[in-house]
Amino acid sequence: MAQAQTAGAPADKYYVPHHSPWPIVGASALFVTVAGACMWLNSANGGRWVFLLGLTLLATMFIGWFGAVIRESESRLYNAAVDRSFRMGMMWFIFSEVMFFSAFFGALWYARQYSVPWLGGEGVKMFTNLLLWEDFEPAWPTNGPANVGGEFEVIPAFGLPAINTAILLTSGVTLTIAHHALKAGNRKMLNIFLALTFLLGFLFIGLQAEEYVHAYRDLNLTLSSGIYGSTFFMLTGFHGFHVTIGAIMLLVVWLRSMKGHFTPTHHFAFEGVAWYWHFVDVVWLGLFIFVYWL
Amino acid sequence: MAKTLKYAAGLAACLPGSAAFAAWDLNMPVGVTELSRQIYGLHMLILWVCVIIAVLVFGAIIYSIVKFRHSKGAVAATFDHSTKVEVVWTVIPIAILVGMAIPAAETLINIEDTRDSDLTVKVTGYQWKWHYEYLDHDISFFSTMDRDSDRARQLRAGVDVRGIDNYLLEVDNPMVVPVGAKVRVLLTANDVIHSWWVPEFGMKKDAIPGFINEMWFRADEPGTYRGQCAELCGRDHAYMPVVVKVLPREEYEAWLREQQGEGAAQAAASDVTSDAAAQIVAKAE
Amino acid sequence: MSTVQAHGVAGHHADAHDHHGPEKGWRRWVFATNHKDIGTMYLLFSLAMFFIGGLMALIVRAELFQPGLQLVDPYFFNTMTTMHALVMIFGAVMPAFVGLANWMIPLQIGAPDMALPRMNNFSFWILPFAFTLLLSTLFFESGGPAGGWTMYPPLALQMGETFPMTIFAIHLMGASSIMGAINVIVTVMNMRAPGMSLLKMPVFVWGWLITAYLLIAVMPVLAGAVTMLLTDYYFGTSFFQAAGGGDPVMYQHIFWFFGHPEVYIMILPAFGVVSEIIPTFSRKRLFGYDTMVYAIAAIAFLSFIVWAHHMFTVGMPLAGQMFFMLSTMLIAVPTGVKIFNWTATMFKGSLTFEPPMLFAIAFLFMFTIGGFSGLMLAIVPADFQYHDSYFVVAHFHYVLVPGAVFAIMAAVYYWLPKWTGHMYNMKLAKLHFWLSTIFVNLLFFPQHFLGLAGMPRRIPDYSTQFADWNLVSSIGAFGFGFAQLLFAYIVWQSIRGGAKATDKVWDGGAPQGLEWTLSSPPPYHSFEVAPEVK
Ligand code: HEA
Ligand code: HEA
Ligand code: CUA
Ligand SMILES: [Cu+2]
Repeated sequence: MAQAQTAGAPADKYYVPHHSPWPIVGASALFVTVAGACMWLNSANGGRWVFLLGLTLLATMFIGWFGAVIRESESRLYNAAVDRSFRMGMMWFIFSEVMFFSAFFGALWYARQYSVPWLGGEGVKMFTNLLLWEDFEPAWPTNGPANVGGEFEVIPAFGLPAINTAILLTSGVTLTIAHHALKAGNRKMLNIFLALTFLLGFLFIGLQAEEYVHAYRDLNLTLSSGIYGSTFFMLTGFHGFHVTIGAIMLLVVWLRSMKGHFTPTHHFAFEGVAWYWHFVDVVWLGLFIFVYWL
Repeated sequence: MAKTLKYAAGLAACLPGSAAFAAWDLNMPVGVTELSRQIYGLHMLILWVCVIIAVLVFGAIIYSIVKFRHSKGAVAATFDHSTKVEVVWTVIPIAILVGMAIPAAETLINIEDTRDSDLTVKVTGYQWKWHYEYLDHDISFFSTMDRDSDRARQLRAGVDVRGIDNYLLEVDNPMVVPVGAKVRVLLTANDVIHSWWVPEFGMKKDAIPGFINEMWFRADEPGTYRGQCAELCGRDHAYMPVVVKVLPREEYEAWLREQQGEGAAQAAASDVTSDAAAQIVAKAE
Repeated sequence: MSTVQAHGVAGHHADAHDHHGPEKGWRRWVFATNHKDIGTMYLLFSLAMFFIGGLMALIVRAELFQPGLQLVDPYFFNTMTTMHALVMIFGAVMPAFVGLANWMIPLQIGAPDMALPRMNNFSFWILPFAFTLLLSTLFFESGGPAGGWTMYPPLALQMGETFPMTIFAIHLMGASSIMGAINVIVTVMNMRAPGMSLLKMPVFVWGWLITAYLLIAVMPVLAGAVTMLLTDYYFGTSFFQAAGGGDPVMYQHIFWFFGHPEVYIMILPAFGVVSEIIPTFSRKRLFGYDTMVYAIAAIAFLSFIVWAHHMFTVGMPLAGQMFFMLSTMLIAVPTGVKIFNWTATMFKGSLTFEPPMLFAIAFLFMFTIGGFSGLMLAIVPADFQYHDSYFVVAHFHYVLVPGAVFAIMAAVYYWLPKWTGHMYNMKLAKLHFWLSTIFVNLLFFPQHFLGLAGMPRRIPDYSTQFADWNLVSSIGAFGFGFAQLLFAYIVWQSIRGGAKATDKVWDGGAPQGLEWTLSSPPPYHSFEVAPEVK
């Protein structure tokens, strides 16, 4: 991380936009969105519509904001230092996402390592089992001593989840191929493999949706299937949400690439999205191992 | 440990007010259990260590403030580091901390040792009262804040609360235990988290719904000991006092008989009953 | 190119060298991208929140003025306690430090602005909305959040319709903090002037850089924790319910994994501020610069492995209690190094006592007192007595009020002339200092005694033996509160006018750092041409 600027030519100045309406639009959009969500959760009239209005505003904000950034970028207002800022910003954003997921992985770990064994009377919590949950045998998966949500079955790792793993890993490879193509100036390869990547992403989401339907309809595995259902759906759900976001971003990058954006040396948006995609990939590996498999 | 205790107690005597005034209380009660006295000793030990360090550090700061004033023509020196002193003031605190950690660890191990208890009482927190269940005997009852306090504590009740004995610290049915017995308390809750605390016993522990925590105490002196729920548990968190009556053996036995009614009195005399809960306790030992 | 021009982008490009000033009217603030404007908004917002949070504290103290319930319903009392903490932490102290970061980091590292100016404005503007959401819960029939700022389940799940509002408000505050932190990291890592190597940065920048890492690491964890609360409440999950295999204590672990680093988030920038001020008015370089930096890093590292010292009474296994006791005690070592280094900086200096220095010295004393009580709390057996008593309240107010808040005031008094271009009323500022210092001790010192004597925290009414010290404490609270009106007045005066400040402001002292090479107030764009640092 070397020094940002050198005193010198104006072209080498760090670009500082003079004003922008998008932050305030974004902040109000967030407010409308969560206010709508509150109303919706409390079954207030129109909550859902306020929520949707908020989302629309948010989408507007993203389009407007990123649109401005893309225009600035394409008119070469950004020097190397600005590019570096974007990269660092993206990396630390992804790190914050990692920490978000680690809260849920932490919950999974705590439940399996502590709360479930304790309810079964292990360690310091012998009386917990003797006096409160006498018949409970600790095991995993479980929906707890009160059998919350009723009997359920789990989704075996080496069925759809394994296929999904293969899909995501493949998408990582196609994305890397696209990146190399971009750097080599091979636009056709780039467009094809980028398209493949987000198609694989959407395929993953489709299969995941299929799996959810199966879980709810046939296996009685739901969000309220005790701690197993809670951790299962929260982890896979937030992951699925992130895959969706990632796939949409890939789609946008692909559209831009079709329009001729990016050069072999100048393509932060592509790289940022690629990092994000790899992050989503890695989280999935964690899910596959700790949620489905072990 | 004994030595640090003696040392700490000696220093404690210097603190004004620890015993003298009732209202302007300054310090933690020494308490009536072995654990509470150990904890008190630890407390005083750390307190005095901190006071001594404070005197040194604050002394140095005040000395600098007085001595090195620009207005008195002080000229600033130019040094800006010294590896030697920095090592010194890293190592010495570590040593001090180790010195504190050792007695703390000893006490902690003692606190966690709930084995060989004479009596097991399951305590359940409710919003906003306590439930006591004597597992070795067939006794259980709720314990709620007394009427006088309850009337006076209403918003703008217009009652002078100073006229009420043990305002907010009195209950209808106190927990009763024999003096000198090791009492194991099993804590849980029915709704939200509560915390069972009697300062004179040196201990508090959380009562968590769905789980059971253990703690123990052995009160050395008969008397009535008061405390409160110590974990925010909603609107009336301030109004669920803990009162424990520690009685001499015979009086305790009499209380037991009274509670169980004449019929069960015989059974109570022997420690082991056919009660299922008692068996569980036995199994756990 | 013409479309671009229509959006006013290429227009700038064509004459990117123009020295335009701020926009006119409200657009300057609402559409801001300038780090100084955004910093100003942060600081003013935080002052407003300090007054609101303080008003809530005064309601608490008024009710506790004497035993018996005189003013408010117990539920509302709990709401005041809860909101007071949330407003003070997320609304007053954290935004104040972000405001300082915004103003000072570009000035201190010789950058033209923050690295991501639009996102900077986004981080700020989320806050007023978040607090509108949070404060509006007070106007709902079911009342605001009342489960304490820690929001432990199952109690937190007994709330009514305002529950999701509280949760989402916290989500928004988290998003704001994360973006703010990203901006700080990127600015510091990418925008330093040539020659400004990491170990030449002012300690304030260091304190903030490490704080930003803490923020990015733990705010998302808080978001995760409250999200699980939300799903337990509305979607039938069992994270915190034993019946389904979860555990209420699990929430506490996740919360404090955030919560403990959070308290250092509120103190590391304060360490930075004090490290700037003490050398200036001691006319002597900071003692042990390198170790100061390493100590901050060590504290930040340790802050991740001590969280369960807030939960010694939940019934952890013995080994866990031991581990968390020892790791917590270790924090005294790097913190001690800092205290000693500040003392050594003053030693053999040439001291003057302008308002910033007064606040910094008071910080030194009273933060140390708070640190000592923290150390006492770390001793597990003793904590079995202290926990959830007013002793804890006394501890954290000592580190937060005469700690963090005093450091913020010191910073304002230090840099205010630089920001406004005017000196402020020194006499009044000194009066403000003495009133604050006397009353803050009257307010919080007796709370140690109350806690030791057995008064639990979060209660609206207490047994009569606690009456006397509560009375003293409440008097202190009102005195301290009134003294802060003076602060607002002094700041207002300096914004309006006053004696012209020189570039260096503290000409008699020995201020270090690039900010003093610019005019007071600095030009709208800080360093158009990067300074060379040798
Ligand atoms: C700015 C905020 C801040 C800071 C800096 C600290 C600093 C410390 N805190 Fe504090 N703490 C809080 C804010 C803070 N805390 C809050 C808000 C809570 C309550 C939350 C709630 O429940 O609502 C809390 C609660 C809290 C608890 C839980 C108490 C309980 O609920 O039972 C504990 C327990 O260990 C603790 C310990 C410490 C320690 C060891 C330090 C250390 O960092 C202190 C280190 C400093 C020193 C020790 C002084 C200087 C050192 C020397 C001069 C060197 C020589 C000294 C020796 C060798 C002794 N804190
Ligand atoms: C940075 C954080 C911060 C700050 C600055 C403060 C500042 C203050 N705190 Fe706060 N406090 C917390 C963080 C903080 N607190 C936390 C985390 C808790 C725990 C909450 C929980 O248990 O969940 C807590 C809890 C807490 C309690 C315990 C409540 C309870 O357990 O029920 C009390 C009681 O005295 C208290 C008092 C005060 C007071 C008097 C101030 C004063 O310093 C405030 C001074 C400011 C003003 C007074 C405002 C300025 C002036 C005016 C508004 C003008 C008008 C003036 C008058 C009319 C006189 N606080
Ligand atoms: Cu029960 Cu507080
Ligand atoms: Cu902590």
